[in-house]
Amino acid sequence: MAIDLAVNQVSKSFGAFTAVEKVSFEVPQGHFFSILGPSGCGKTTLLRMIAGFTPPSEGLIAIRGRDMQGVVPNRRPVNLIFQHLALFPMMTVGQNIAFGLERRREKRGVIRRKVARILERVGLPGFEAKKIDQLSGGQQQRVAIARCLVLEPAVLLLDEPLGALDLKLREQMKVELKKLQVQVGTTFVYITHDQSEALVMSDAVAVMNAGRFEQVDTPQNLYHHPQSAFVARFVGENNAWTGRVRGGDAAALQIDTDDGCRFVCRAAESLDAGSPVELFIRPEALLIEPDEGIADLNRFEVQVRSILFDGANSRLLARPLQTDTELLIALPQNRQYDHIRVDDRIAVGWAPASGICFAAS
Amino acid sequence: MNPHRRYRFSLPLVLFLSPVLIWLVLLIVLPHVELLLMSLRVEGDDGGFSYSLANYRQFFDEPIYWLTFVRTAVYAILVTFLTFLVALPVAFYITKVVSPRRQGLLMLLLLMPFWVSELVRVYGWMILLRESGVINHFLVGLGLWEQPVEMLYNDVAMVMGLVYTSMLFMAVPLVSVLESLDDSLIEAAHDLGGNIASIVFRIIIPHAMPGIVSGCIVVFMLTLGNYLTPNLMGGKNSLWFTEQIYNQFIASFNWNQGASFGFLLLLLSSLVIWAGLKITRQKLGKVVQ
Repeated sequence: MAIDLAVNQVSKSFGAFTAVEKVSFEVPQGHFFSILGPSGCGKTTLLRMIAGFTPPSEGLIAIRGRDMQGVVPNRRPVNLIFQHLALFPMMTVGQNIAFGLERRREKRGVIRRKVARILERVGLPGFEAKKIDQLSGGQQQRVAIARCLVLEPAVLLLDEPLGALDLKLREQMKVELKKLQVQVGTTFVYITHDQSEALVMSDAVAVMNAGRFEQVDTPQNLYHHPQSAFVARFVGENNAWTGRVRGGDAAALQIDTDDGCRFVCRAAESLDAGSPVELFIRPEALLIEPDEGIADLNRFEVQVRSILFDGANSRLLARPLQTDTELLIALPQNRQYDHIRVDDRIAVGWAPASGICFAAS
Repeated sequence: MNPHRRYRFSLPLVLFLSPVLIWLVLLIVLPHVELLLMSLRVEGDDGGFSYSLANYRQFFDEPIYWLTFVRTAVYAILVTFLTFLVALPVAFYITKVVSPRRQGLLMLLLLMPFWVSELVRVYGWMILLRESGVINHFLVGLGLWEQPVEMLYNDVAMVMGLVYTSMLFMAVPLVSVLESLDDSLIEAAHDLGGNIASIVFRIIIPHAMPGIVSGCIVVFMLTLGNYLTPNLMGGKNSLWFTEQIYNQFIASFNWNQGASFGFLLLLLSSLVIWAGLKITRQKLGKVVQ
């Protein structure tokens, strides 16, 4: 498959501070690639280097096989959708979208046709004469996307464009953006700090922390097989324990947690007895009142602190007995657990394969 | 609610507005009424007065008057345009290029010359430019020129002096209007394939239009009514219309003629500003905000 964007060992330092450190990745044609990381992790710097606004200190960026070193932003076959969209308020919707085409000196008739066609594609037919401030947030979003897509870039870069929208609209735009990407087939590179946006839309996600890529994987693998403690904590919700290794191997490591529980769990690598570890279990991996017949389950009792009702995403906040650790436990809304009340003691269990532990740093 | 209600005068409003109203009436309206009457008054042979448009006719009959008038208008427009050309990059540099910490310092440097009076600033230029001045001294000393050259007392020197005098009044509105320009608009234009020319003409200038127009109005009015700089730097052949007014009042002691000139100048500045607003499609109310 053709590679649209190749980033090879790219670093960027500002004085003594390293914003991006030796990052490498490739995005095949037509893929939706996300870079997920907390604010300040260097993802915007990385995106600006791809767009050409910031020169990398080291490394190579190639777009469709062409080295981009020294190529200015207006000559690169990529377009960037800014965080606050940066639509030109002094122009109409039509003029905004025509701006890039006019710069390419395309004919007026061609421009008019292309503008009309792209507006139809993003679901805003006949909006050419509208002013930017007459549009709603979601409509502005689509105009910003149309303004870039009309230029048919090799790669479309998106800098958290959904951040400014309210929750409902954001959920809706997530689905729409993914649909649009599949329709037009353009390669998207999307940066966000919102893991749900990254997981829902992407073919592949890179989790970025402190200037480095922690893991590049499919959304499913990131969730089920995190390769570092940071990824486990950052992608999806997780319960965390700290503890020490008592024995065993990577497939079934025996762990004493610092609050006095004993668990068996799989590990990313084999660890020596006595070494400190961090243990992660997803809320939905904790089974409430598991069947007595299931073998090899880590079983313990918890006291319910509160019930966090949130429809399908409802959870229990509970503490294992004699500890101060707070756990989130998924509470399926299938009426089976309606009897649970605050301060109840309930049995909880989890399979060794559904937890994961890493050597503590 | 009756929409006319808010226009009704109440006692507190009248009290509140009275200082400014008194000021406007006493210092602006009354003198202008007096000037208007004066400009229409003609002294007869017998020493009595009659009212006619003779003073205005005199202006059109004597080419030196209306030629100076047209010259002043053209040069004032030129000065305004040149001031804009100089101030736009300066304002852009201050707002978009330097770090915020150095922004204040640069604004201060821009303001500094205006702490001394216009007279002193013009004398500064004269010390630099005159035949026995600093620039001539150095150029002759370096052997670039054999003879000192008189650089003062011509139109170029006068225009330069006027641009220098008006710089601040253009730069300040431009700085404030460019500060409100989102940097990402410039980057977006660049990203979409725009070069410097298209960014300046499609993004920066349309955004800065209210500031440009208000700066231009102030600079144009100040330049049109300037007396000192054209008088000192322009020399004998660079007549400015304010000098004609001065001559009528002080040298010829013809107050009636001078008053008519004053009115023509007022008319001219109003007309040019009106035309400017029409051409740029700006509203006065928005520009003076």
